[in-house]
Amino acid sequence: MTTPTAAAEGGVGQPTGGACAVRLSGITKRFPGVIANSDVHLSVASGEVHALCGENGAGKSTLMKILYGMQNPDEGTIEVNGHEVHFKSPSDAIRAGIGMVHQHFMLADNLTVLENVVLGAESLHGIGAKARKRIAELSGPTGLNVSPDQAVEDLGVADRQRVEILKVLYRGAKIIILDEPTAVLVPQEVDELFDTLRGMKEQGYTFLFISHKLDEVRGIADSVTVIRRGTTVGTADPKKISSRQLAEMMVGSELPSPETRDSTVTDREVLVVDGVRLCSMGADRPVLDDISLTVRAGEVLGIAGVEGNGQTELVEAVMGMRKADAGHIRLGELDITGLGTLARREAGIGYVPEDRHRHGLLLTQPLWANRILGYQTRKPTAKGAWLDIEGAKADTRRIVEEFDVRTPGIEVAAAALSGGNQQKLVVGRELSGNPKLLIASHPTRGVDVGAQAVIWDQIRAARAAGLAVLLISADLDELIGLSDTIKVMLRGRLVADADPATVTPEQLGSAMTGAAGEGDEE
Amino acid sequence: MKLNLRSVVLPPVLAIAFAALLCGLALLVSGANPLTAFGTMVAEVGEGTAAVDIINGGATYYLIALAVAIGFQMKLFNIGVEGQYRIAAVVAMIVGGAVTLPPGLHALVIMLVAIVAGALYAAIPALLKAYRGVSEVISTIMLNAISLGIVAFLLKPEMFGVLRANSLTTGELPESAHVPGISFGAAGTVFGLGLLSVVAGVGYWVLMNRTRFGFELRASGESATAATAGGVNAKRMIIAAMLLSGAVAGLTALPELLGRDHTFTQNFPQGYGFSGIAIALLGRNHAGGIAFGALLWAFLDRSALALDNIGVPKEIVTIMQGAIVLSVVVAYEIVRRMQLAAEQRKVGQQLGTTSPPDDAAAGGKDQPAATSAGGGAA
Amino acid sequence: MTTVISNPADGGAVPPAPRQSRKLPGWSKGLIWVAAVIAALSVASYMTGVAQLTATGTIQTALVLAIPILLAALGGLWAERAGVINIGLEGMMIMGTWGAAWAGYQWGPWVAVLAAAAFGAIGGLVHAVATVTFGVNHIVSGVAINLLGAGLTKYLSTLLFQPVSNNPRESPPVEKFDTYSMQPLSDWLADLENMQRVGLSDVAGVLRGLVTGISPLTMLALLLVPVSYLVLWRSRFGLRLRSCGENPTAAESLGVNVYLHKYFAVIISGALAGIGGAALLLTPGVHPGYLEGQTGGRGYIGLAAMIFGNWRPTGLLGGSALFGYADGLQLRSGGSTVMALFYAAVLVLFAGAVALVFMRKYFAAGITLLGAAVLYFIYWSVDEMPSQLSTYLPHMVTLVVLAVAAQRLRPPAANGDEYRRGRGH
Repeated sequence: MTTPTAAAEGGVGQPTGGACAVRLSGITKRFPGVIANSDVHLSVASGEVHALCGENGAGKSTLMKILYGMQNPDEGTIEVNGHEVHFKSPSDAIRAGIGMVHQHFMLADNLTVLENVVLGAESLHGIGAKARKRIAELSGPTGLNVSPDQAVEDLGVADRQRVEILKVLYRGAKIIILDEPTAVLVPQEVDELFDTLRGMKEQGYTFLFISHKLDEVRGIADSVTVIRRGTTVGTADPKKISSRQLAEMMVGSELPSPETRDSTVTDREVLVVDGVRLCSMGADRPVLDDISLTVRAGEVLGIAGVEGNGQTELVEAVMGMRKADAGHIRLGELDITGLGTLARREAGIGYVPEDRHRHGLLLTQPLWANRILGYQTRKPTAKGAWLDIEGAKADTRRIVEEFDVRTPGIEVAAAALSGGNQQKLVVGRELSGNPKLLIASHPTRGVDVGAQAVIWDQIRAARAAGLAVLLISADLDELIGLSDTIKVMLRGRLVADADPATVTPEQLGSAMTGAAGEGDEE
Repeated sequence: MKLNLRSVVLPPVLAIAFAALLCGLALLVSGANPLTAFGTMVAEVGEGTAAVDIINGGATYYLIALAVAIGFQMKLFNIGVEGQYRIAAVVAMIVGGAVTLPPGLHALVIMLVAIVAGALYAAIPALLKAYRGVSEVISTIMLNAISLGIVAFLLKPEMFGVLRANSLTTGELPESAHVPGISFGAAGTVFGLGLLSVVAGVGYWVLMNRTRFGFELRASGESATAATAGGVNAKRMIIAAMLLSGAVAGLTALPELLGRDHTFTQNFPQGYGFSGIAIALLGRNHAGGIAFGALLWAFLDRSALALDNIGVPKEIVTIMQGAIVLSVVVAYEIVRRMQLAAEQRKVGQQLGTTSPPDDAAAGGKDQPAATSAGGGAA
Repeated sequence: MTTVISNPADGGAVPPAPRQSRKLPGWSKGLIWVAAVIAALSVASYMTGVAQLTATGTIQTALVLAIPILLAALGGLWAERAGVINIGLEGMMIMGTWGAAWAGYQWGPWVAVLAAAAFGAIGGLVHAVATVTFGVNHIVSGVAINLLGAGLTKYLSTLLFQPVSNNPRESPPVEKFDTYSMQPLSDWLADLENMQRVGLSDVAGVLRGLVTGISPLTMLALLLVPVSYLVLWRSRFGLRLRSCGENPTAAESLGVNVYLHKYFAVIISGALAGIGGAALLLTPGVHPGYLEGQTGGRGYIGLAAMIFGNWRPTGLLGGSALFGYADGLQLRSGGSTVMALFYAAVLVLFAGAVALVFMRKYFAAGITLLGAAVLYFIYWSVDEMPSQLSTYLPHMVTLVVLAVAAQRLRPPAANGDEYRRGRGH
């Protein structure tokens, strides 16, 4: 049996049998002030699914950008099918037969599927009928069926991913990098994707599969390389290694778990949403339809759902960023239906937004100015119409201390911090001033394991102190681990309840796609 | 914010040097000696009323640039200050000529009318943007053009116009509305209302840096989405910022109108608005920086006269002003990138992390302004 | 095993998946609009007795005035489809007029057009350097270019025109393009127009205005509309260019050189704006040469026409026609005719309201009716628009049109965003 440490010693994991499709040796990449990759070694055999594992911020994405020609390595060599290559841009990588499916889809929403697929590869089959024919040829055997003339904005997540894979195939790629392809999919869609990958592997494609979900890695990969703090730790056979061992390779210690033990739910209602309905311009169907829910003090209510099914709108309706067309929202005894966002915040709602860059932070402002955002009318950051800058600074120092925000000081711009530290700052701010209700939207998305543990601990502690939490998350483990109650959202409605003590991610997944209900597949 | 030599002082100095170089080349090509030309420009300051003219011009420019900067702070491009100050000036002079009031109070009423008129004319693009999503860039440009028509219409003899010395005016203001200046004898007289600029400047600084309103304004400019999540009412901010900007713009013409001209004529100088935009960019929306920019602009204007005297086309000054604006924004952008990288490097070194800072942040995406200006739909 | 997923008693039913709705093809909508506008104008012309509304002369003037706006709008289209907001169109247009005058008085109209394109392109290049390479805010750079364009042309006029024309604000007279009429169609339409039949004569008048006294530059400009469409929507270069305006990071990841395409787009944009400037002085019947301030904000109006046209070639053609018509009408016949236009607008709004009722959009219909009522009230209570104000009719139309249409528009997704290579996710 291959032990992680043994494999790590050589630094280079040699796959047994099969020609080497990709070999990276001694790759080092520095950014201003940080080393994203240092002395990375990776070998991928032809015709295998090779997983690259590591936690957020370990340097996986940078490495793949280097392999795909989006960034140049400072040191090290890349070999493809035995020949050393130097990629100046993605087109060089494409020419060498490498394709990449990005985690954040690289699609132009306003363009059609056909246009997205042929973009950059127009010289192959033009942009007209021949290209359309070629797409049909590709989608047949691989099962990647999408209508070429649909605008991408009308497609669901799984279809968008199919378009991404088609794009790569259209360019004749034989080596395909999949960057966290399952992050946005529900379990059933993941299974479909894996079926597609297995079929394509039979046809001779090679996959580099980036993930930090260990079960999936063990389910699909033929071999797995672990990367930690920017460097490769070793390569192993996923069939001969346990998830626990893999996890230890990844973080160097045990993984934190989101599990919550004792129930602290009281019967004091904090948030009551009653029959909320929200219509958006131009849509023939309301984005929120008759939503009713109650969150009690000490309770974490989790909302499960495939992204784009109304969770964002629900949060914005509760925060007052969108006005509900019908229904009532109550915070404790106070009817907040008619109040604006600021008044709701003052009434005791804390808000951890799903996208901290867009909604949570003023990136070029110092940390203490970010402390004021959302609290510009309250102590300790304001006195009447005047700002209390000293008070804001003092309280920022407190948050930095209590929430372990790694920063050289509170005068640096928020943009200079890593994602995890930014998020800790946001969570710290939103738990200031004794909120009654915390709305946490994907609170640990894109943060490292350390920050994840801090954020989970803080949410648990606040819950124990009687805080009501409305949690939205795409990470089903997080959702099941933290929540006291789970509701499933589908196409703007709450369609099912689940008990986190007994439900499995697969069951949740079924409910999220509507498969559990009437079997009404799209 | 502490004064950072490299990021605050260096870019404008570089930009001015670059613009001077460019203009020097243009002068060489046209056959003039750039050194003589620049020498004349500088020497001019000590002669006649030049120094006082520069101060007076600077005071006017300062007001209009502040008006622009208020909008810029929230990435609102109030290009309409041009129309707002002209409408305000005409309306204020018409009202000022029509009422009889004791000295002091009379000037005060004129100022109030100018503020209200400027704000009201700015209310049109404000409401269009807040409620109909019309880009303020396009709407204010249209309103600038329309303001010319309104001014011409109001100056018609059958409306409020009075024909004096072959041009239509709003008629002479009574003595009680005149604001005395500070006389320096042969060197000229500094407008009394020039003090208005100083007051406005201090008020602007306090408002932006010490009050909730200023914070919300700057937060909206930095990230409209984050501000909304932080409880800032976007529509209210758009309207408040536009109205305030229009109100300050309304004051622009008053120092010279109440201090020297005492009447608004058809050929009252145009183009203060665009100078104001340039100065606000040069001064980076900072109260002190704008003061520097305003004086520089006034100096360049004044030196145009001197250049004309030695036979150099005075339009070279306009080129120089344009070149300064363009190069200063480029210089600020370069320095901003360098600084962000330096800061990230510093954070990285102090913490020794391997994870790069959040990548979307590193690009310093400043989208809100761009999208809002992207046309009607934004 | 117990059921862990429970459907709540009420509202547990899975909502149906969304369906795609059918839409009319774009060209048929365009035709309906054209027909509706001509019909409204004929009726208004009959009811108010203002024949000028559909007279050949009015349409001819409108066409002449629409061409610079159209070219500026096309310039805007090219830049903004690649994601660069081009408020500097005005400055590029000014440079174009100057270049056209400078080359035109020496070498004739065709060289003038080339020079105008080159001068405009230089403006575009500066804008591209600032926005694409240095990431300067697009509006800021555009404003700076407008200042620079005005300053540069003033300086060059003093330097090069004054010795010849004795006026630093004017160029020597420039040779104009010849004009051509489509015969015998033009004469036949003239006969029809003179028959004074309601409707028939109006249509004839409008058509005759479009086929009579056309300069080659006008034909070129009109031709550039389908050409722009074909290049931007039906060619590989156009696809790549548009992808830079929709999602440059995606384009980059597929090997598209985003900087290069943006540069091309903005330079072409400048060249088109420059030709728009040339159209201002090479068409017969206008000022004999270059005149300072000649563009009069037409670059901005072009941008507005493009926004009105929803960033589409056919749409911006409609926008340019609207602004050109408004301008032509007030220029040819002044205030009272302008009021007749109000009447036509009332008719169009009323028809729109009826259509909205059919589509069951009662609220929108109500608002439209209210607008029609307000306009009718203005028409009824004001006899003549003061000439000082009617000069700015196109600007007012722009404001009203944007206020009505702005929220339905769809700009390119990444329009105005700063893009830097290798900074995507």
